[in-house]
Amino acid sequence: MDFAFSAEQEALRAAARDFLAERVPLPKVAALADTDPGWDPAIWGALVGLGWLDADLGVLEHAVLLEEAGYALLPAPFFATVALAWPASDGRSRLTLAWAEPGLPAGLAEVDSPGTRVAGDGTVTGHKTLVPDAGWVDAFVVRCAGGALRLVPAAAATVRPLSTVDTTRRLAEVRFDRAPSEPVVAELATVRRRALALAAAESVGVARRALDIAAEHARSRTQFDRPIGSYQAVSHRVADTYTAVQLATSLAIWAAWCVTEDDPAADQACAAATSYAGPAAVRACETAIQVLGGIGMTWEHPIHRFYKRAQWLAAFDTGGRAQRADIAAALLG
Amino acid sequence: MDFRDTAEEARFRGELRGWLAEHSPPEAVAGGRPDDEGARAWSRRLYDAGYVGLTWPTEYGGRGLPYTYQAILVEELARYGARGHLGTIGLNMAGPTILAWGSEEQKRRLLPPLLAGDEIWCQGFSEPGAGSDLGAVRTTAAADSEHQGDGEHQDDGKHWDDGEHWVVNGQKVWSSYAHLADWCILVVRTDPAAAKHAGLSYLLVDMHAPGVDVRPLTQLTGDPEFNEIFLTDVRVPRGSMLGKPGDGWQVAMTTLLHERGTLGFLLVAALERQLGLLVKLARETAPDGRRPADDPLLRDAIAREWTVLQGLRFTNYRSLTALMRTGIPGPEGSVAKLVWSEANQRLTALALSMQGLAAQLDGPDAVWDGYWQYQQLRSRGNTIEAGTSEILRNIVAERVVGLPRSR
Repeated sequence: MDFAFSAEQEALRAAARDFLAERVPLPKVAALADTDPGWDPAIWGALVGLGWLDADLGVLEHAVLLEEAGYALLPAPFFATVALAWPASDGRSRLTLAWAEPGLPAGLAEVDSPGTRVAGDGTVTGHKTLVPDAGWVDAFVVRCAGGALRLVPAAAATVRPLSTVDTTRRLAEVRFDRAPSEPVVAELATVRRRALALAAAESVGVARRALDIAAEHARSRTQFDRPIGSYQAVSHRVADTYTAVQLATSLAIWAAWCVTEDDPAADQACAAATSYAGPAAVRACETAIQVLGGIGMTWEHPIHRFYKRAQWLAAFDTGGRAQRADIAAALLG
Repeated sequence: MDFRDTAEEARFRGELRGWLAEHSPPEAVAGGRPDDEGARAWSRRLYDAGYVGLTWPTEYGGRGLPYTYQAILVEELARYGARGHLGTIGLNMAGPTILAWGSEEQKRRLLPPLLAGDEIWCQGFSEPGAGSDLGAVRTTAAADSEHQGDGEHQDDGKHWDDGEHWVVNGQKVWSSYAHLADWCILVVRTDPAAAKHAGLSYLLVDMHAPGVDVRPLTQLTGDPEFNEIFLTDVRVPRGSMLGKPGDGWQVAMTTLLHERGTLGFLLVAALERQLGLLVKLARETAPDGRRPADDPLLRDAIAREWTVLQGLRFTNYRSLTALMRTGIPGPEGSVAKLVWSEANQRLTALALSMQGLAAQLDGPDAVWDGYWQYQQLRSRGNTIEAGTSEILRNIVAERVVGLPRSR
């Protein structure tokens, strides 16, 4: 048994942390989030250059990178490419997954896609919604009727941005009208497992940043002549965030490992990791807002941007309740 | 990163499973209350099979194996529903502290019978006026200069008695196993003039010595699980101290570090067993004719607790990896007891809620002879014993997150 990351994985983490701190500091994230197109496409070449899309990276390596991307709140279609559309990756292209349809449950593998059809000539026609990063990608992996996945170039799609809470991960409606496509050789269930494990990893990063923001403020903010972190009403909430971050981290690592190894426990591990880590990130941000006080309620302070990402993560796929229902079904029949 | 057993670990696990299948009938759940004599016999069988002190040095009766083997042992014991070891205070608190601070003579004399279960240990830290605040200990140990070498105390082989003694007076409380114990790890004040923590010392006290009076305290469960210890002019050989006079605080911190570090595996194992029983209960028909496993809210709650259990399990493994690499548990480990205690409280309360109004029965008329009634009431102690949740949150906030001291 060995439950630690390898030296190479730790080096990858350190390099990612340094790169993101330098290239997308929080003021830059805020500036991008409040304008169009919402990200700096120039960063993509740098990510490719760093090897973040290399074919030999495993789920654990991508978990490490996505935890750091969550910590930095990187605005880029990186999660969409490696967590949602990885089977179609060519090591360079920006990709996302278009799965949900209007009027239907939005889980990755919850229902079929009756409104998206592949014709005999391979063209795709359909209407998708809640597609993340749709305006930032080169191509879409499209979930079609019967569970088939097809790759459609962005040029063949019509994207209508939706007014989105988290402007660092913008959602859109996407329409395909006899769009040319290629098959993507992957099972939807496999895509979902990977997506859940990596959503958990990103949630850990968001939660860890919220913890750091809360702890830093609790150390430096003075009231009644004492740092507010010396009051247990404050410090115990921060301690609870730390505790939740530890559990979320452990679950996310376990899930990523299970996906890597195609472990029999993978489905439950992924459901556990996502349903715990997403809400843990939400609570971590809520605690941070409370510890920050009035400044936490302002647009100026970055915490609301993490909070909104956390809310997307907690709602991702079927949301925690349905994921726990899957766990309960395995336990209780 | 590899969550699987190595070939050696797998062989050990296989042998252990074989042994357990032969030797460990699952503990009857009737009441689930403490059973000292059953636990004593079981402890002996574990020892005879070589499963006690796996990680301890071979020269003191251990097997010198890595911590992963202890983790495997604890997991498998829980999986088979095996009862706990009677010498838990000795194995998890006194023993590691003696290994860290004891003289060669103390280790050779005390550790083998501790492992064998021939000598049971208890803990004398808390006092009526010193709970979370260990620095407030008032039990005193005074050097007995008048009676040097008077030979009054018989050397029964338990002592390195050169005739010089500490004379101990005071009162300890909440001491589990004291009614069975042969030895006590006792925190005393040796220097009344020194500042709070600086005046403390750490003694190994023979519980059979004259002047030691153990009185059981009945818990809210109705069981006398813990005790008061009254110490009146108890003569303790001078060689029975760990560290020097004034080192007591540091030595006690070693004890508590081990309590909070290695105990994590026991706690996860206990929680896993408890969750397995909860699942079993949920699938049975409740006294009101309903089946809890059909209730979506209960299903959601059970899934939540299962998730927390897995989070705790793998957090422990991360802490274990840190322990094996650095010799001390990682900071993740400080959350184990905090999370476990609250999870066990929720889980046992959930079990009662599945029984509806019939949960108000206890004993032979209750579901499972009152197992959950006892477990739920007992669980309220989990957030108090071995460091209250308030103290543990202070530790996490101050020592791990780096917030300013709260007092």
